[in-house]
Amino acid sequence: MDEITTVDARGLSCPAPAVAAKKAMKKRGRGRLEVLVDSPTAKDNVARLAQDDGWKVTLEEISGGGYKLILEK
Amino acid sequence: MASFKGFFSSRWGPIITGLAAGILAPILVKLGNPGNMGICVACFTRDVAGALGLHRAAVVQYIRPEIIGFVLGALVASLVAREFKPRTGSSTFVRFFLGMFAMVGALVFLGCPWRAYLRLSGGDWNAVPGIVGLVVGILIGVAFLRTGFSLGRNRPAPKALGWWMPALMVVFLCFLIFAPQFGRDAEGAPTGPVFFSATGPGSMFAPWFISLGVGLLIGILAQRSRFCIVGAIRDLVMMRDAHLFWGIVAVVAAATITNLLLGQFRPGFEGQPVAHTNAVWNFGGMVLAGLAFTLAGGCPGRQLFLSGEGDGDAAVFALGMLGGAFVAHTYSTASSPAGVAAFGPAAVIVGLVFCVVVGLTMRERVEG
Repeated sequence: MDEITTVDARGLSCPAPAVAAKKAMKKRGRGRLEVLVDSPTAKDNVARLAQDDGWKVTLEEISGGGYKLILEK
Repeated sequence: MASFKGFFSSRWGPIITGLAAGILAPILVKLGNPGNMGICVACFTRDVAGALGLHRAAVVQYIRPEIIGFVLGALVASLVAREFKPRTGSSTFVRFFLGMFAMVGALVFLGCPWRAYLRLSGGDWNAVPGIVGLVVGILIGVAFLRTGFSLGRNRPAPKALGWWMPALMVVFLCFLIFAPQFGRDAEGAPTGPVFFSATGPGSMFAPWFISLGVGLLIGILAQRSRFCIVGAIRDLVMMRDAHLFWGIVAVVAAATITNLLLGQFRPGFEGQPVAHTNAVWNFGGMVLAGLAFTLAGGCPGRQLFLSGEGDGDAAVFALGMLGGAFVAHTYSTASSPAGVAAFGPAAVIVGLVFCVVVGLTMRERVEG
């Protein structure tokens, strides 16, 4: 099974979550990435950037607040 | 699994928000707001500060309902969308001073990033050096972000925390409607605060319920679309992401056309409303504002929208802007149509030094 990279961007101001996710996407190239965010803006930004880069995006709400974005390519 | 691809988070969100702001701002001017000042978060926060008595510049004192609407609109939208998430703890104290210096810079130019584009759309070419300065300030901020600048993580807070900023806006609305007089003059007769300008820009306003309605509408749209005038340039440069940038294009296009239709488009440098012609400090003031807004994560409107959805740090940034209005109009740093004030340039330099020190010293690495 492929290794899963997790980026924890919870609590960071714009644009840090999107920048961290983009860096991880570039480093990883393909496979499965998980990005944890807790603001709706970060969720939208990461999802949009990933989709633009050809990643399939699935969203899960984390119990206690926040979102896990699962990126697959 | 939840669907996240709502309409307003699509490409159209920032464009529709920009169109709404671009059409409604010149209409507010037609209905009474000062020239090219249908919306200006810096000027309006300065007017609120004056009304509260935080400064005594008699011509700029009014409780601007647009500010109240921005926060309460974002509150309503975030509650409906289940995005009201109270949080705080990301270098809150530093954010106060970023708000303060952003305000100082904006009041040297005479406008926030929103008004910079609205001034351009009204034919005020003095906005051009201001916008160039804004872009330069954002680029400096991007350089800090690229080298690891961060104000650190916030933390979820008790729900109650998120209600205090909206509550403050309700207090302001009561001050506007009931106009209480808390002060007493030498003879003991009631006087302000709350102060309301008898002359000057502070005495020029659209009917309060219309201003409030426009503020609410833009607050709702901007919360849903994540509209941010500073983030637009930042994301374009940093991530080649034009999503928010189209919002600025929409503001300028819609406001220019609306100004033309209303006979408010008056091209030139001289005699522009609430503006001066000193290109160097129009530029310099906005370098400071652009840098401070970028370090804090967004434009002044965005800070108000975030405060409406429960972000306590953004609320403190907004209070820092009130503090900046106090500084600007008490320490002679705010420009006037006559030109730059005695200590305006010095204040910009002090602010830039503060921002550069913050940019160099605060960092956090994100693993991934």
